Amino acid sequence: MEPADIKGKIKGYILENFLYGGSSDQIADNDSFLEKGIIDSTGILELVGFIEETFSVKVEDEDLVPENMDSINRLGEFVMRKSIEV
Amino acid sequence: MCGIAGILNKKEGREVSSGTIKWMLSAIKHRGPDEFGVYKNDQVALAHARLSIIDLSGGQQPMSNEDGTVWITFNGEIFNYIELRRDLLHKGHAFSTHSDTEVIIHLYEEYGEGCLDQLNGQFAFAIWDGNRKKLFLARDRAGIRPLFYAGNHDRFYFASEIKAIFATGEIEREVEPAAINQIFTLWCTVPPATAFKEVYELPPAHYLTLQNGNVLIRKYWDIDFSPEIEGVSFEEAKERLRYLLTDATMLQLRADVPVGAYLSGGLDSSVTTALIRQLNQSPLMTFSVAFEDKDYDESEYQREMARALGVQHHEVRCKYSDIGDNFPEVIWHTEKPVLRTAPAPLFLLSKLVRENGLKVVLTGEGADEVLGGYDIFKETKIRQFCARYPDSRRRPLLLKKLYPYLPAFQTQSGAYKEAFFSGGGSDISDPLFSHRPRWKSTSMTRLFFSEELINAAGKESAEGSLLGAMCSGFSEWPPVARAQYLETKNLLPGYILSSQGDRVAMAHSIEGRFPFLDHRVMEFCARLPLHYKIKGLNEKYILKECMKDLLPKLIVKRSKQPYLAPDSKSFFSNGATPDYVEELLSDECIRKYGYFKPEAVRHLINKCRKGVVIGFKDNMAVVGILSLQLTHRLFIEKFESEMSLRDSNMNIINRRANGTGRHQGKD
Repeated sequence: MEPADIKGKIKGYILENFLYGGSSDQIADNDSFLEKGIIDSTGILELVGFIEETFSVKVEDEDLVPENMDSINRLGEFVMRKSIEV
Repeated sequence: MCGIAGILNKKEGREVSSGTIKWMLSAIKHRGPDEFGVYKNDQVALAHARLSIIDLSGGQQPMSNEDGTVWITFNGEIFNYIELRRDLLHKGHAFSTHSDTEVIIHLYEEYGEGCLDQLNGQFAFAIWDGNRKKLFLARDRAGIRPLFYAGNHDRFYFASEIKAIFATGEIEREVEPAAINQIFTLWCTVPPATAFKEVYELPPAHYLTLQNGNVLIRKYWDIDFSPEIEGVSFEEAKERLRYLLTDATMLQLRADVPVGAYLSGGLDSSVTTALIRQLNQSPLMTFSVAFEDKDYDESEYQREMARALGVQHHEVRCKYSDIGDNFPEVIWHTEKPVLRTAPAPLFLLSKLVRENGLKVVLTGEGADEVLGGYDIFKETKIRQFCARYPDSRRRPLLLKKLYPYLPAFQTQSGAYKEAFFSGGGSDISDPLFSHRPRWKSTSMTRLFFSEELINAAGKESAEGSLLGAMCSGFSEWPPVARAQYLETKNLLPGYILSSQGDRVAMAHSIEGRFPFLDHRVMEFCARLPLHYKIKGLNEKYILKECMKDLLPKLIVKRSKQPYLAPDSKSFFSNGATPDYVEELLSDECIRKYGYFKPEAVRHLINKCRKGVVIGFKDNMAVVGILSLQLTHRLFIEKFESEMSLRDSNMNIINRRANGTGRHQGKD
């Protein structure tokens, strides 16, 4: 899958699931989910479930850090790295 | 315990009609189904629905002084009425009943508004002083009993519940957008705001006078969490706390009917129940909520405590559908949107108490606020500790110890918890430092607000309104002291004692009593050194230490488990969604009421139906949206038909003074 497709899928999921069908200008690829309050303290579980199912990657406990997960760009890069490992 | 209501004419010569009074009383009939009374003249009407607890034969209301110049309608209990009566007798006052109500009248005659300083109790009352042509309304210190008011050109209205004011048909009914904004951030409104435009709540520990057309509102008490008392050793403090709690419990057992107790399985209600047993060996009935969903169920601990104390224990087992099915009736009583379903099981619990023939229960509310029980205090302590050395990698590890009872929270990595808590900022001089992360995450529910609601809510933030209501000096206190004050002044009266307290208990004519909210206990605990209350991260340490000989080890050692109930699952489990939920959350109805974005609500509902993992924010949003839709339906759109469904059958006694006691004539 192309990086742009991955990010597009992630963005679609965020809009649908955390912004409840909001328009795409509600979030930029570099916006922090935590700072913008898009994902609350429990929402990360939903996000991980989505990543694992959609991209067939396994998210390890040590991967669960904001550096990997806290924006569309970071998540996209994380998924690409993981796909290469597989 | 009772319901009160009344009207003051601003213009003379328009006596309030009996029909209007009847509507007001029928709206709050559930609060006092035993007797109904009214006192009227051409200026004022005071009405009363009675739940007889003290002086069953003599305590009818409204009640007057000897010459009928001072009249009162009173909801609540004055626990130290026996002592006050004795003092008043020495001062030459003559009593014609043995009720606590009459004590307030004479105390008012003696001290005017200053009478409030001497009352130990939970109350809301209205006094008509005919000599001074003055109406005097007052509410207890902690905010246990409710009191609302409203006015128009001609009249001033007050009542225990807003629905009694609406029942006059003389006040516009409209939702207040700024208050909705407050609820979707703070969980409750900031008094005097209520969920409705131009209907106000008299804040706890305040009184209101209305004389010659002038309204005056004054605070008569506040709680001081700083500075800490000096020179009191831990041993002395323990002894003093035990004495105060025992004395408070003894006073609160005063009743001419049997008293029961709620038993949650936690420390606080175990303490109050154990103290009752210490003071009184007669049979005691206890009551608790058990959940079918194991994540919320505490029945193992409740039964353990019941066994240890030898009480006759009753429980209501709560299924998801019990919450979903009863939720509309619960909102009829809370009279405002809520972000949690937790009031619903307590509504069912008070029903169980009523079915067992009791009218009064003692409960453990208030201990967490004044003795540092909630995790938000530990969270504040840790965040403050981290803020001091922001580069430390070890300090944030303490955050792992927070909220052990929230499985969804616990499965997160430490890095995420840290990032979440730092979302509230690290500026400990921010007066609201302690609550920023919580409010930030709660306020994300406003994502669903429609443009109209956002615009109508205005520019003032909920946090700003709350800060404006804090006492002077608050900003200078240490962060945990500020956090305790915020909980005591905001969430305790605005949610715990109202939506989870008075309103759902009185729905079934049940009076709650709260030994931890005796003002002497509150004042003493507030000023204890913080490390007596939270030792390291061990909450309510002094309470455990001073009560452990009365309690099973299992209860003392247990870490704090706040009372929670299933939220979105109560409305969307196994594909069985109640009809009213489908209807109120439909695109059509969301659009019609105009508070939310239909498309966003649809996405949220789809998520609930799929039963995928639902986080805090989504749960709060579902409950908040549904309960605002219900608030609109019940109080704005269909208020008259809701009222007509309720039993309004009653015999109202007209009361007049005749010099020696009370003459009664039927209306």
